[in-house]
Amino acid sequence: MAYVPLADQDSEMEMHHPHSWVTKYVWSQDHKVIAIQYGGLAIAVGVIALILSLLMRMQLGFPDTFDLIDPSSYYQSVTMHGMIMVVYMLTALLLGGFGNYLIPLMCGARDMVFPFLNMLSVWVYALSVIILLSSFFVGGGPTGAGWTLYPPQTALAGTPGHDMGIVLMLLSLAVFVVAFTMGGLNYVTTVLQYRCRGLTMMRLPLTVWGIFVATILGLFAFPALLVSAIMMLFDLLLGTSFFMPAVIESGTPLDHNGGSPILFQHLFWFFGHPEVYIVALPAFGLVSDVLSTHARKNIFGYRMMVWAIIAIGGLSFVVWAHHMYVSGMHPYFGFFFATTTLIIAVPTALKVYNWVLTLWEGDIRLNAPMYFAIGFIFTFIHGGLTGLFLGNVVIDLPLSDTYFVVAHFHMVMGVSPVLVIFAALYHWFPKVSGRMFHEGMAKAHFWITFLGTYAIYLPMHYLGFLGVPRRYYAMGSTDFIPESAQDLNAAITIAALIVGAAQILFFINIFWSLRNGKAAGPNPWGSASLEWQTPDTPPKHGNWGDELPTVYRWAYDYSVPGAQEDFIPQNVPDGDEPAADEQHFDSDHGVSKAGA
Amino acid sequence: MSLFKTLTEKPWERKGIIGGLNPEGAFDTPPERVALGFFLTIASVIFSMFGVSYVIRMSLPDWEPLAEPFQLWLNTGLLAISSIFFQWARNIANAGNQKNLMTAFIGGGVFALLFIAGQMVIWENLQATGFYVASNPANSFFYLLTGLHIAHLLGGLWVWSKSSIRLLSGSKPDDVRLSIELCTLYWHFLLIVWLVIFAILSNT
Repeated sequence: MAYVPLADQDSEMEMHHPHSWVTKYVWSQDHKVIAIQYGGLAIAVGVIALILSLLMRMQLGFPDTFDLIDPSSYYQSVTMHGMIMVVYMLTALLLGGFGNYLIPLMCGARDMVFPFLNMLSVWVYALSVIILLSSFFVGGGPTGAGWTLYPPQTALAGTPGHDMGIVLMLLSLAVFVVAFTMGGLNYVTTVLQYRCRGLTMMRLPLTVWGIFVATILGLFAFPALLVSAIMMLFDLLLGTSFFMPAVIESGTPLDHNGGSPILFQHLFWFFGHPEVYIVALPAFGLVSDVLSTHARKNIFGYRMMVWAIIAIGGLSFVVWAHHMYVSGMHPYFGFFFATTTLIIAVPTALKVYNWVLTLWEGDIRLNAPMYFAIGFIFTFIHGGLTGLFLGNVVIDLPLSDTYFVVAHFHMVMGVSPVLVIFAALYHWFPKVSGRMFHEGMAKAHFWITFLGTYAIYLPMHYLGFLGVPRRYYAMGSTDFIPESAQDLNAAITIAALIVGAAQILFFINIFWSLRNGKAAGPNPWGSASLEWQTPDTPPKHGNWGDELPTVYRWAYDYSVPGAQEDFIPQNVPDGDEPAADEQHFDSDHGVSKAGA
Repeated sequence: MSLFKTLTEKPWERKGIIGGLNPEGAFDTPPERVALGFFLTIASVIFSMFGVSYVIRMSLPDWEPLAEPFQLWLNTGLLAISSIFFQWARNIANAGNQKNLMTAFIGGGVFALLFIAGQMVIWENLQATGFYVASNPANSFFYLLTGLHIAHLLGGLWVWSKSSIRLLSGSKPDDVRLSIELCTLYWHFLLIVWLVIFAILSNT
């Protein structure tokens, strides 16, 4: 007898119904509440990381002017900014936030497969955040070793937070991995087993594909972080020498002997590089759906997009050592990793072409989510192109320790995913809240953020070419750097402060719209995918009322020739869509003009 | 499901309901088993990472091989018996029988507890003879790998204890069959992992 998934057993679906305010909003097992908890906490820590970056910029732009941070707190800010943004903000928001909200809705399920585990996931994530932030309040403060946490520097007295700070960081990361694993098992199992009737894998929106593959990457990559965290904790707390070599600290030999710091680097980057794609792939998926919906066209090359997501995911495990060219390696080793790095540009470029071709001759609606989505294409191309520079060993070596690298990775995995996150937040806000946001405020938010980030990161490329070193608290007297570089630094800081302040617009917009926004209706964008077809907006507990949806088509039936409207929802049966006026069909382009 | 067939589907051409109650591409198995499959893969990756680190660290000059205590063989036997008991319980549950089910299932967990106790005794003996965790990287890995394996077993024993309570409170074999099956799979997995760890630790 075939196993019938719970998603298809209306009468047997075991829903955990909340009985009190606490079980509805705090210890909730509803994927939508959990998504908002994940998202809210991730954004909150993201704001902390943003403030840390602004403190750093004040120092870099106007050294000797402000007395906000000293060298130690500068390095602590660098470290905490990087780690929070990459792991606790981007990963948690994209997978825990969007993954939780959208997977069951886009799959036509009532909830995740394991709701209790899902609830545990968000609270264990909260615990990891508490542990991380508690390091601000212990003696010595948080670790200042840089987000890569390289030993032996991490453990030496000259590094801020070398005692409790680094221990709390590693502990927090280990707890985060546990939280991610609990959430990740839910995401992959739900996508595989809880799709509703008729929803084949290739009918899934690209958002689900992106989150699905990114979760698999995370499940395989985070163990490397866990392993390195455990071994480093052993080195720090029990005096072992997995990574710690023989070191003389302030004239005194330490107890460690013979460990391999390079081994740590390999383990860290075996996690660290797929981590880039753990963040990027969900962003690729989300932006594909936003672009397609607001261009009123099916996503160009759907199958290629799926294959590219899978190819990028696979390749991301064989490129990690390109982060370690400067550590010294066999030339053939470097050649291998340079080659794989450049190969990964092929499926990535394919996706960029397909996004642009999705816009081609589309009936583009230039609203705020679309602004952010198109803005992402720009920043991602720029960040991607500089990645081609850095993927080559001979170019990476001189640029590796300069602001060129800072500019590159902020464009490609800082600004780009953040623009997608804003696109997605604005796009799905009407479904989550039932209300529309303020369009003008959202567009102002976009322009300041988009132009501002260019004002920040474009000049950094030039600073990099000049040889301005990254990670430095102050330049001091450095002859080869012209004085004008400091003017550029000051300008970057002013732009960063403006961009940072502009994010307040987003929060004002969200909170204002929650009370005063226009009623959104069930499907304000005219979207074809399943999450917009729920009987209630916002969706109620269980998502689908009495009956689960049945899917008859893919998620991209926009501007279908012959159809009356310019979209056909996934749950509309074939042949039931209203017949269109044949005269409106443009045979040259195969696109219905009925909705134009 | 055929991965190639799935990925080459042209969704814009195929309309209407595809598949029956099961969505096409779903595994014909309960989601718990799918999730356990993923979890075992993750655990394999974790142990593999430690294995690779072990091999790399072993090649460095300060490595001093640790003479593995003979008692490890005894403990291996205990874990194997534990696994056999779980398999026995699974077979009984699959046949829908009640007889001996409790003995087999609870016995499996008890032998796993004995295995853990045995590992603790080895740790005590090593400490008593001066083989501390930080004395040498070979020692460090011994404590680390055996400890990690015990941690995984403890996780399994937590699930085992919940299922045992259900059995003791009168649940029918059908109600606990899936739990028993998943526990069995997990125990076999941990036995294999232990055999690989044992082989690696012995190969110094």
